[in-house]
Amino acid sequence: MDSAKRPNGLFRNKSAKIASIPMILTALVVFFGGTAWTVFYSFTGSRLLPKVKFVGFDQYERLWSSHRWMISIENLAIYGICSLVLTMVLGFTLAALLDRKIRFENTFRTIILYPFALSFVVTGLAWQWILNPDFGVQAVVRAWGWESFSFDPMNNPDIVIYGILIAGMWQGTGLVMVIMLAGLRGIDEDIWKATRVDGIGLVKTYVQVIVPMMRPVFVTALVIISSGIIKLYDLVVAQTNGGPGISSEVPAKYVIDYMFKAQNLGQGFAASTMMMVSVVIILVPWAYLEFGGKKRD
Amino acid sequence: MTDTSPLSAGTAAMTGPRGAKPKTRLSRRNIFLYGTLLLISVYYLLPLYVMVVTSLKGMPEIRMGNIFSPPVEVTFQPWVKAWSEACTGINCDGLSRGFGNSVRILIPSVALSITIASINGYALANWRFKGSEVFFTILIIGAFIPYQTMLYPIVILLREIGLMGSVWGLVLVHTVFGMPILTLLFRNYFTSMPEELFKAARVDGAGFWGIYFRIMLPMSLPIFVVAMILQVTGIWNDFLFGVIYTKPATYPMTVQLNNIVNSVQGVKEYNVNMAATLLTSLVPLVIYFVSGKLFVRGIAAGAVKG
Amino acid sequence: MNLKTKLLSAAAIICGTSVGAVELEVTHWWTSGGEAAAVSELAKAFTAKTDHTWVDGAIAGSGGTARPIIISRILGGDPMAATQLNHGRQSEELIEAGLMTDLTEIAEAGGWKDLVNPSSLLDSCTLDGRIYCVPVNIHSAQWLWLSHEAFATAGVDVPKDWHQFVAAAPALQKAGLVPLAMGQQGWQQNIAFGTLTIAIAGVEDWREVTVNKNAEVAAGDSYKSVFEAVADARELARDSKVQDWNLATNMVITGKAGGQIMGDWAQGEFQVAGQVADQDYSCLPGLGINQVLDTGGDAFYFPKIDDPEIHAAQLELAALLISPEVQVAFNLAKGSLPVRGDIDMSSANSCMQKGLEILASGGVLPSDDMSLSADTTTQIEDLMAEFWASDLSATEAQARYVDIIADAD
Repeated sequence: MDSAKRPNGLFRNKSAKIASIPMILTALVVFFGGTAWTVFYSFTGSRLLPKVKFVGFDQYERLWSSHRWMISIENLAIYGICSLVLTMVLGFTLAALLDRKIRFENTFRTIILYPFALSFVVTGLAWQWILNPDFGVQAVVRAWGWESFSFDPMNNPDIVIYGILIAGMWQGTGLVMVIMLAGLRGIDEDIWKATRVDGIGLVKTYVQVIVPMMRPVFVTALVIISSGIIKLYDLVVAQTNGGPGISSEVPAKYVIDYMFKAQNLGQGFAASTMMMVSVVIILVPWAYLEFGGKKRD
Repeated sequence: MTDTSPLSAGTAAMTGPRGAKPKTRLSRRNIFLYGTLLLISVYYLLPLYVMVVTSLKGMPEIRMGNIFSPPVEVTFQPWVKAWSEACTGINCDGLSRGFGNSVRILIPSVALSITIASINGYALANWRFKGSEVFFTILIIGAFIPYQTMLYPIVILLREIGLMGSVWGLVLVHTVFGMPILTLLFRNYFTSMPEELFKAARVDGAGFWGIYFRIMLPMSLPIFVVAMILQVTGIWNDFLFGVIYTKPATYPMTVQLNNIVNSVQGVKEYNVNMAATLLTSLVPLVIYFVSGKLFVRGIAAGAVKG
Repeated sequence: MNLKTKLLSAAAIICGTSVGAVELEVTHWWTSGGEAAAVSELAKAFTAKTDHTWVDGAIAGSGGTARPIIISRILGGDPMAATQLNHGRQSEELIEAGLMTDLTEIAEAGGWKDLVNPSSLLDSCTLDGRIYCVPVNIHSAQWLWLSHEAFATAGVDVPKDWHQFVAAAPALQKAGLVPLAMGQQGWQQNIAFGTLTIAIAGVEDWREVTVNKNAEVAAGDSYKSVFEAVADARELARDSKVQDWNLATNMVITGKAGGQIMGDWAQGEFQVAGQVADQDYSCLPGLGINQVLDTGGDAFYFPKIDDPEIHAAQLELAALLISPEVQVAFNLAKGSLPVRGDIDMSSANSCMQKGLEILASGGVLPSDDMSLSADTTTQIEDLMAEFWASDLSATEAQARYVDIIADAD
């Protein structure tokens, strides 16, 4: 196939190259250039305006001694791990349930998927409202007679991040479920027949046979979830705005606040560079294997 | 912001549900199955229900009752207020101003980003040239970079090309940030199309554009639907770019929503806030409820195939 | 010479051509009830007295939300015609980069130097002898607002100073009320901290730390008692869970809370709610302890725009904002003090009269905005947000505060 698709001459592929100019410009100028620009200025003492005044690693030293940054990292770790695991498990379980030839499959699927159509701002506002201790879940359960019931993540610094997690999961599980469902539908009918003949139990079949076969689908879902996690911002701003205190701060919010509110661009750039570095560390090996390799099927 | 990047994975074909034949009677298995699904549906439907119910209540009722009880006295006043009367500063025209802006931003952004991404995907799948995969890899890594990192360089970029503050500047930003995922989607889709079609057209002497318009385009309806749904919801729901790269005269609806929700005059009017929230979400919600099935089919075609 | 001819002549100095009617986009973050009423006074005056149109660009949230939007638009080369910004150090760099319109000529024509009182307001608009902004009001943060209804419910007298307030708190709590209303946002908590500092540590120590960045004084005993007082105040505000400042003010207005430490802009909310000073609510400048106020405030800046007509209209607006009629109407609605010493404010209520008296007697301090960079302020606000919402000890909070002051520039 490659011989037909990969003409060797410089000009034989002229149209393709011209057509790819927007992509090349985006990749080089915006993504690569923008990133390099940010990294460069993270080594300067830029305040409101970018200025070339080098301060070495000062911005990074301050970043890592900042309480708020450490809390942000910790929150992202809790949110990230929980949301990764729970979304995967829940997404797969839901897909498996829907795959059992049930009635009203479309209805259930639509119900689970629709939150994905809503923005994080809307999601945050809705859940802020539901978790409001005076009107929401806590008040209702108390009204039922369980007077000592307490569930107030919006005002409790220790559990506020789980309040955000509930909202984030609500918004994002649907898409993962749809991807899993598509993966399940791709499993050959013969596999099911074989496991039935061998008398392997249903749960065992899923865990030992189906899941390993769906590895690529899991990778897809994993990447989708994690790309969303590191960008976590809108939801926090809408739902808690980092509060109570600074107990639900996240790295992306640190970046924005220090760039614009504190008017300390250098500090904001240092924080975003750290975010970027962690993304690159996770992604480059994967991207290389997935797209950089020579072989495709 | 919607983050979707259906990536390449194993092969799949849509052949309908799998698993054991359904049993018609009320078995324990079925009770468990439907019970679980119903319970989960409650979790997913609850926020929507609460939003709708709250938006139909008057403020006194909200203060007294709990948020789950249906309205005793249904009022549409909050909806009217959210649409045309809520104030920000001295402008008291609610969300209505933002709706037109959102449409004006949405249509060119969706059209441009899908056009460019489909051509990218087509070139990457069928006309690979030296370095094309490198650019593509940069693009994909770009999809994971937090947008915040890019805000500032883009302000400078837009200033240099003179598009800062205009609708077209925002269209450009949406096109750029939609490109990684859409390109990936189209690339996966075109790669999965039969090789012979392409070869036969080459033999007939068709060129890059000829094949694209006459062969590829007519066959790629499902993936265009997916791309369109993703872009419409993503762009409609965008807040960050809308607030930074536009000005009050061109603010999209989400920015107006934020303005209304955060402009508290006296007491917080939860009912108006909820009505405003629902109004803002109406377009993407309708799209999902109408085209949910197509979306799922498209995801299977674009994301899982590869 | 009436106002309009004055304005026109001021404009004519600059461009020497006749002025066409243009639309001026003005951004600000005045969106609460009292603030919106005040800004509509500006818009009304602008539309009535000139041929131009005021295009309102309100951005809801707070300065923290609005400033990034304002600044990125100025940097992006598509600025608004005029914008609210707190004067002081926030805009230094924008002026240095040549992005702001020089107002010196109309300032001289209007004699601002002699009008503006205190003169520090104009000083913070001045860079290298040129004037770049119009101060529109004086805001002071050091006020305690008290609800008469709440204290009546609790059966105690309305306090006369902070110490009495603390002593009355248990009675309020017993009556099921929140003693101290506090919006859960760092800047509000920082205002309470600053106000308590001036009241408890005294003006000298405050000045030493905030203006001179003396970390030793910040680590000393006077600040130790400040942090302990804040820790006590934190307990009084435990049950106050609102976010926005005006929702906290609303708790005072409705008698759900005993008091709130908030700037004089809270006055506008009482006014919108139809409450009468000394009858429904009381105000204690400097917490009733130290009769001093800081003189921060809002100012309007005019980003440079390459259009002679807009430029002329910008200057007209600048001159209008400081004119006596506009100053009176605007400040009465907003509850802030006028920037000119020469106008009649006899229609102001008793709270504003108290402020005017302090101003006249010279009990004024520079505001935080003038002394601290936005970077330092943000760090202090983060610290305060954490301190008020957690069980962080006073000692630990003070230690971190000392670090911030030591690094401040």
